[in-house]
Amino acid sequence: MSATGIIETQTLEVSLGPQHPSTHGVFRMDVVLDGERVVKLKPVMGYLHRNHEQLAEKMAWLGSMPYTDRLDYFCSMTNNWAYALAVEKLAGIKVPERAEYIRVIMAELTRLLNHSCAVGFLFSDCGAWFTPILYALRERERILDFFETVSGARMMCNYMRFGGVRVDLNDESLTMARDLVVRWPAFLDEFEKLLLANEVFLARTQRVGILPRELAINASISGPMARASGVEYDIRKVDKYGVYDRFDFRVPVGEKGDTFDRFMIRILEMRESVKILEQALRNIPAGPFIAPEVKLRNFRVPAGDGYGRIEAPKGELGFYLVSEGGAKPYRYHVRPPSFINLTVLEDMCLGHKVADAVIILGSVDIVLGEVDR
Amino acid sequence: MSRFLGKGLIDGLIVTTKNFVGSYFDGGRKDRMFTYQYPEERMKLPENSRSFPFLVYDGAPENMRCTACKICEMECPAQCIYIVMERDANGKPRQRPKVFDIDTSVCMQCGICAEVCPFDSIKMDCDFERSKHGRFEDLLAHLPELLKSNEYYHQIKPAEATRVDATRRPTKKPTDGTATERK
Amino acid sequence: MIPTVEQVREMLATKAASLTVEREQLLAVANFLKTEPQLQFDFCSCVTAVDYIKQDCIEVVYHLYSVALKHGPLALKVRAPRALEQCRVPSLTPVWRGCEFQEREAFDLFGVKFDGHPDLRRILMWDEFVDHPMRKDYVPPMDYEWEPTPHGETLARAKAQGGVVPASVLEAKK
Repeated sequence: MSATGIIETQTLEVSLGPQHPSTHGVFRMDVVLDGERVVKLKPVMGYLHRNHEQLAEKMAWLGSMPYTDRLDYFCSMTNNWAYALAVEKLAGIKVPERAEYIRVIMAELTRLLNHSCAVGFLFSDCGAWFTPILYALRERERILDFFETVSGARMMCNYMRFGGVRVDLNDESLTMARDLVVRWPAFLDEFEKLLLANEVFLARTQRVGILPRELAINASISGPMARASGVEYDIRKVDKYGVYDRFDFRVPVGEKGDTFDRFMIRILEMRESVKILEQALRNIPAGPFIAPEVKLRNFRVPAGDGYGRIEAPKGELGFYLVSEGGAKPYRYHVRPPSFINLTVLEDMCLGHKVADAVIILGSVDIVLGEVDR
Repeated sequence: MSRFLGKGLIDGLIVTTKNFVGSYFDGGRKDRMFTYQYPEERMKLPENSRSFPFLVYDGAPENMRCTACKICEMECPAQCIYIVMERDANGKPRQRPKVFDIDTSVCMQCGICAEVCPFDSIKMDCDFERSKHGRFEDLLAHLPELLKSNEYYHQIKPAEATRVDATRRPTKKPTDGTATERK
Repeated sequence: MIPTVEQVREMLATKAASLTVEREQLLAVANFLKTEPQLQFDFCSCVTAVDYIKQDCIEVVYHLYSVALKHGPLALKVRAPRALEQCRVPSLTPVWRGCEFQEREAFDLFGVKFDGHPDLRRILMWDEFVDHPMRKDYVPPMDYEWEPTPHGETLARAKAQGGVVPASVLEAKK
């Protein structure tokens, strides 16, 4: 201590992770702290790198479909759809109408799955130990049971095929889906009542982790995180892939871009997904569930390259495929939303405390299977 | 009621208490609690549920449907199937596998082998209680362990098995009368 | 050469809009595409590299969209030679911040160096890793772990390396 009485301080380097009860996977953040405030933050990833892109170059086009399930392991149906869409775009395959409706139903159920889980885990990060998670998981179990009835597996569904889906939905499955969807608004009301006005939650999430709109666009942020910052961009409305242009739904857009907005956007998106599901389950037509000209074995894609993307629950999931006309892809690249959404983690966390850094990471909603592939 | 500090907390606690108390009564229990007291209670698995593959035989294990065409071995994304065709004394193929190994530590239960099989011989089981004590050899499933009867298939997947029985063409295998050594 | 607005518009009307530029003009073209008021490509969605070993080059592809005008995609492609010392491309991170992690990944897996990137280091592989795994001529190191059911080339390598293959597996393969 010097004569004038000023205490010298030092910054502290802490490594948050890779095993940490509140990070969503094996992910590490090297933070430099001044007291409790974050001065610098570098995300470190690669703990779950499984070389998915190189595996795909060695396998037939269909063989990578089960591997895409394991990219974002919470939402396997949307991963499958993104890959099938990219291949169909490159090969020029037309998908029958019933298959498109089935795909929309599965994708919106996946969105409900993912957002309820993300919101539940965000509450766990805030400290509400396990109750909100279990409330969310209770409804999620019903959707997982429905997926098991239709495709055979709860999470790794491997359900979409090029030109359609693998098996058809029969009347029992449709009834099960309708019963599911009918219960969902009541669950959302209860969830909101449980947590939305909670003063502790509001104090911890409002004005924390603000992401400005221009930075969100420049940093290629997509999904609920971008919409919470005021970017009105939803790929379902812009690209109109599948049959999304037939459904009447709104896209919620936030104003401030803080953690609370990201949380609220997910709750509102769940309500919009329920609307889409009601319309889809009502209007689903009869017909073939897969394009008959597509072969299962020795499927070849004409030479060329193409990029196909969908609005996955976490953001924009895209596949860039280069084909040389053969039975295997020449280059297969996944554009993962969680990986790119992590670009701005440092900007959002600077100046906040360590505990806030954990919550901000929770609101980005990453899943390591996608970040590391 | 006007908002006061703490109202949000109290509202939340009311919801939790309702759930807690309601779970003691039957109406609340069916709705709220979804835990099955395993292993005394088991959930009824849906028919389509898939776990590891198995081979189907009609009647007796010698009448297995598999002809060792190796299509499932080629199409498996994880490369976990290993097949060797049985050959008779002259070296002619006998349209049945001598060796059919599935490495269940690698298999990812995707079901592509069952989809591409042209003879409806490899199908997906739904048995998930398959723990073993060893990590390597015990998880390698050989041919005798994989062969299960068509009646078993009807038992686990009645609708699918009936559909398969109606549409499949019976496989013709060479019967040359010479029995060869099989492991 | 920097394209005109009409040329880009025509490209966007086709199904696969792609623009190949030379390395020297990459930054100028990128700035033009971002700032031109009729194009406004402000969202760089996907950055990846492709190893064309037969044409002896590595091609870096940028997929651009426009949030303001809701059009896209436009694929901006640039080629660099495969040899590690000459494999350099100007970085577009100063133009679109979203390229930051993806360019790091292209460097990590393909060896393409991006000049002007703020923090170019390995992202998915660990820092001491040598070589670039996604290149077509990458040979995995001979340190495989014993596999329970090796067959084909893995079995041959196991035997050559003195790997342990259990007797029951060898018996089954007779």
